[in-house]
Amino acid sequence: MKRLLIAAAVVAMSTTPAFAQVKVGMITTLSGGGAGLGLDVRDGFMLAIAQSGRDDIEVVIEDDQRKPDIAVQLSDKMIQSERVDVMTGIIWSNLAMAVVPAAVRQNVFYLSPNAGPSALAGKGCHANYFNVAWQNDNLHEAAGAYANSAGHKNSFILAPNYPAGIDALTGYKRFFEGDLAGEVFTKLGQTDYAAEIAQIRASDADSVFFFLPGGMGISFLKQFADSGIDLPVVGPAFSFDQGILQAVGSAALGVVNTSQWNKDIDNPTNAAFVESFEAEYGRLPSLYASQGFDTANLLISALDTASPSDADAFREALRAANFDSTRGDFAFGPNHHPVQNIYAREVIQEGDVFTNKTLGLALENHSDAYAADCMM
Amino acid sequence: MSTILIIEQILNGLQLGIMLFLMAAGLTLIFGVMGLINLAHGSLYMVGAFAASTVANLTGSFLAALVAALTAAAFAGALVETLIIRRLYRAPHLDQVLATFALILIFSEGTRLVFGSFPLYLDIPSALAGPITLPGGIAYSKYRLALIVIGLVVALGLWCLIERTRLGTQIRAGENDREMIAALGVDISKLYTIVFALGAALAGLAGALVGAIQSVQVGMGEPVLILAFVVIVIGGIGSIRGAFVGALLVGLTDTLGGVFLPELFALFLEPGAAQRTGSALASMSIYILMGAVLVWRPSGLFGARA
Repeated sequence: MKRLLIAAAVVAMSTTPAFAQVKVGMITTLSGGGAGLGLDVRDGFMLAIAQSGRDDIEVVIEDDQRKPDIAVQLSDKMIQSERVDVMTGIIWSNLAMAVVPAAVRQNVFYLSPNAGPSALAGKGCHANYFNVAWQNDNLHEAAGAYANSAGHKNSFILAPNYPAGIDALTGYKRFFEGDLAGEVFTKLGQTDYAAEIAQIRASDADSVFFFLPGGMGISFLKQFADSGIDLPVVGPAFSFDQGILQAVGSAALGVVNTSQWNKDIDNPTNAAFVESFEAEYGRLPSLYASQGFDTANLLISALDTASPSDADAFREALRAANFDSTRGDFAFGPNHHPVQNIYAREVIQEGDVFTNKTLGLALENHSDAYAADCMM
Repeated sequence: MSTILIIEQILNGLQLGIMLFLMAAGLTLIFGVMGLINLAHGSLYMVGAFAASTVANLTGSFLAALVAALTAAAFAGALVETLIIRRLYRAPHLDQVLATFALILIFSEGTRLVFGSFPLYLDIPSALAGPITLPGGIAYSKYRLALIVIGLVVALGLWCLIERTRLGTQIRAGENDREMIAALGVDISKLYTIVFALGAALAGLAGALVGAIQSVQVGMGEPVLILAFVVIVIGGIGSIRGAFVGALLVGLTDTLGGVFLPELFALFLEPGAAQRTGSALASMSIYILMGAVLVWRPSGLFGARA
């Protein structure tokens, strides 16, 4: 009898591959200093799943506490005991580097909603790894391109002394055609920028570029505004997302930042996304939320044509990127990273709320500098 | 590198040092009097900043925010001391470290439950906004200058309290021989609660003052806590005077190291590499300073117990 049941179950499973449960493992940061980013990715992702009305997608969510060792443990658990088909969620590049290469080697698909380290875009690219957000350098490259068009000739640039910070300055310099009035690496997690601001004041810079994500950016902007130095500031969207703008307040007004997404990008998907996100969670979405939302919709679009159990067909379905992105046009390049428009935005105040307004294109259909190294 | 820039950087170093002193003073008092390693001191700094931000947003008054920060942190400190820390005085240091580490997690996640995961807004009062021109044409932030003055006033007040009042005598006696002052009829457990609340209030004040120019968020206290530990190790554990000198040393080393080490390396390396090497060495500079002080004086600059 028991054997019969098992046989029946096996038959039932094998005859309905298209409707089988798909298990998604999401590892993201839900506690500690960077929790706002993880919450936004999770909420955007789950909003898309809920809107799809599908009940065959099971999402397992775990908190990595922004610690690489915990992310690795969670990933092992998800792959070996939960047997997930697809993984997603990681915010930070150092955690992605600890988890993604091992996961994709074990035939799991990984869809990155945020981190895009250069190592995974070039020589270390993998057929099962898709980045739905950007390659890490992209927004900095766009900031360099914007600085040219704004007529900046002499930039003072600063970023924390860690891989993503070095990539940021490299990305800016790759596109910026002017000179550098100064180049400073700060400590990761630094909260006081008095020394750097004094250096900016003493230099002959005509503009400032900075990459200081999260709380570091809040501190820098408040202190820079208080210093009375009147120079245009350019940065990537990471210090100007919806989650932290309220904490910076009027100190951020007028700062130009670059992003692949903004809430006023004009397409029906985006309008519906912004409205439903605000209705569901009672706050405006950030770019991280849009990335989570797009990641889930990419996954759903691929599941419509193939199941992860047929890896080749599923990979083709992902590569087609046949979904309506909140950014408008979206396509993958040969290294499975986005080819997309990047915009310049300006921080404005709408009533009591600080938010961003799109100024115009910074880079059109932009890919990344590493795609040529990718042998897939 | 102009003289003006150098003076400005020295002021920045002083300001950082004085804020560190507010943190380190409480930490070193608590260790000196009670023999307790309090890792949760950074959480009290965070409590101060969150209380200040909440009250500032409600009332619009920075002064009210400072009072709220002091009160909230002192109250949280007194509560934690009577409920939890009191059971740990006789426990080995490892148990104290474990328990106060648990307190960090409880404070952090508790704050997140109440205030959410996104940073809060706290601005400097409008009267102190913007720069002021000092003699010699140095443009310097009014607020940072105010921080230096407030810190010095608090340091002076603390010195008077410890050296000139009855409570101060009891605190100093408690550091030397707690059995004896208990035998003399001083209510030692009340004294401990007062010292703990005082240390907590100083941390809360630092959190509120610094929160206005930084970001008020969960986990903001831990990086400062590490610096405060470096300060009290350099100054000599238990010594307020040591904490003051140590804090200024650490503040100046950290600020000036970050500025001048990259310049130094630029003399013989190409600019990008000089920046990276210089910044890396600058992050280590205060620990190198700590190592050097400990080699020279194993119990710190003003350490009583060898």
